[in-house]
Amino acid sequence: MNLVFYILRRLAISVPILFIGSFLVFLMVAGAGDPLAEIRNQPNINPESIAALSHQLGLDKPLVPRYFDWLGGFLTGDWGISIAQGSAMEPVYPKIMNAFWVTFRLIIGAEILALILGIAVGVLAAVRQYTTIDYVATTLAFLFFSMPIFCVAIILKTYAIDINIVVNQLGWSDVLGNPFLRTTSPESLRADGVGDFVVTYIGAFLLPTLSIMFISFAAYSRFQRSSMLETLNMDYVRTARAKGLSGRRVIFRHAFRNAMIPVTTLFSVNFASVITGAIITERVFNWNGMGTVLVEAVNKNDPNVMMGWVVVIAIAVVLANLVADLLYGILDPRIRVG
Amino acid sequence: MNSLVTRAQSGDEPPIKDGEPDVTALPEPRSQGALVLRKFLRHKLAMASVGVLLLIALVALILPIFWPHSYWDASFPSYEPPSGDYPLGTTQVGKDMVSQILRGTQFSLLIALTVAIVATLIGVVFGALAGYLRGIVDSAVSRLTDLFLIVPQLAAAAILVKVFSGSWWVVAIVLALFGWMPIARITRAEAMSLSQREFVEAARASGAGTMRIVFKHLVPNMVGTITVNATLAVAQAVLAEAALSFIGLGVKPPDTSLGRVISDNYAQMTGRPWLFFGPFVVLVLISLSINFIGDGLRDAFDPRQRRVKA
Repeated sequence: MNLVFYILRRLAISVPILFIGSFLVFLMVAGAGDPLAEIRNQPNINPESIAALSHQLGLDKPLVPRYFDWLGGFLTGDWGISIAQGSAMEPVYPKIMNAFWVTFRLIIGAEILALILGIAVGVLAAVRQYTTIDYVATTLAFLFFSMPIFCVAIILKTYAIDINIVVNQLGWSDVLGNPFLRTTSPESLRADGVGDFVVTYIGAFLLPTLSIMFISFAAYSRFQRSSMLETLNMDYVRTARAKGLSGRRVIFRHAFRNAMIPVTTLFSVNFASVITGAIITERVFNWNGMGTVLVEAVNKNDPNVMMGWVVVIAIAVVLANLVADLLYGILDPRIRVG
Repeated sequence: MNSLVTRAQSGDEPPIKDGEPDVTALPEPRSQGALVLRKFLRHKLAMASVGVLLLIALVALILPIFWPHSYWDASFPSYEPPSGDYPLGTTQVGKDMVSQILRGTQFSLLIALTVAIVATLIGVVFGALAGYLRGIVDSAVSRLTDLFLIVPQLAAAAILVKVFSGSWWVVAIVLALFGWMPIARITRAEAMSLSQREFVEAARASGAGTMRIVFKHLVPNMVGTITVNATLAVAQAVLAEAALSFIGLGVKPPDTSLGRVISDNYAQMTGRPWLFFGPFVVLVLISLSINFIGDGLRDAFDPRQRRVKA
């Protein structure tokens, strides 16, 4: 019961933050310029239809009532329409939700892989501190940590083309698909049968997943290494050793389990920056996820899309932080949530 | 050290000669700063990184004066391969790549330093005041931090840079405005624990005001944490600016940056890899060396860390 109250209290605290945040972003978006500038510049468009559109978007109202109109719509599922040219007055809600789903499944897969790899490498580097393994892991982590994610994605994309050519030359493209590694959006994928499905989706997801994974892996492995080193120096680990347990047993049964606690929550804490990585990666691979939606909305001054985007991400970040705290409470019995 | 131990063990003080205190037996006292500096100077990787970073900065500042091709000059042949005249070839519009990289480096460093300084200032002031004053100030600062953390830096920066044009300082201020939160959180936690210590109480008892305690007593004691995090913030700012430029919402001409040079030319990577790898290698060297310097500083400031690695 305590836990339920805790979750409710946390969510209640988040509501005013989301409210103020959305209002500030609303001001920013409203200041970003005239959303109808592009339409106004078209040669044969009559003033009446511009006025009608302006009224429909509420641009003829003062800022504060316009914000509450938007908020009322947002809470009832009517997030307004996209006014960008070519989007044909598309409603914002399904547009953002589709994009969010695309980004979300990409992030989850990449982060799970990054966590597994980061924890494994971090533990190994800590157990074998100051050996070649440690230095190689450290160097790789620093390297990925210092690279812009779009460069990682671009390099992967470029060499994927070479890999695809090799796959074709070896005659494997019948099984692996042609092209095997896809560098475009996975929306129009079709697969016949389970085997084909697996191969097709691996080919489509591999490169974006890898580029997000490499960057996150760098942070996770460093974090895991220092956490593991700290745990290995704790008294209870020394006690376990003194009692004559084998090194392997001490490391895995005693140290590893506790050293893993901080890193598992890191994903949730870093959720906002992981989203940033996904935005960039999607741009490189032309996925129709949140990245593409954001860049188009900002470039075309599309107020409803920008608002919907920011608020969806903000809610996701709030929930991710809540999950992090709950996870921490579950994994570490010393911390009592609630 | 040896003489101290034996003296303590033997129990009898050596006779002190008249007017001549025996100072030679004691190790030279070192100040905190000297200790940190000594540890940092011994950190080989960090020192090498300082060298690389200084070299890049000096080359980016001085070489353009002597370089035969100006950054503005677009009169060269388009997509010239690397040669003696153009060591990294020319771009599509016929600009010399080396001069692009040099100018991009100048701007990238300028932006990153500005971001780090502004973000650190905001973060330290907020964090230290919140940690010392607690109560309503702390709640206000914590909620403000939460507020800024829920929107990804990249998205907020993209919208704001669009509003206020894309000159380098707008990009820098906007990135700092959405980048101070981690420093504020760290500073707050440290200010909270420091303000329990006796020296703060002593300062308060002798009549020091809030501002004096926070900025003369607390902040100087957090210099290690602040320096390390400010350094890492520079590296993050280099990357954040590059990401912003990549989605086309970063600095706009006449200003430029390494991120912009890369995003303008990466499409040529297959046929003309030098146009991508030239600016890319410089960018990675900059952020890598700053990260190594931050790591070295962390080790140097950490009193528990005895052994200096690599």
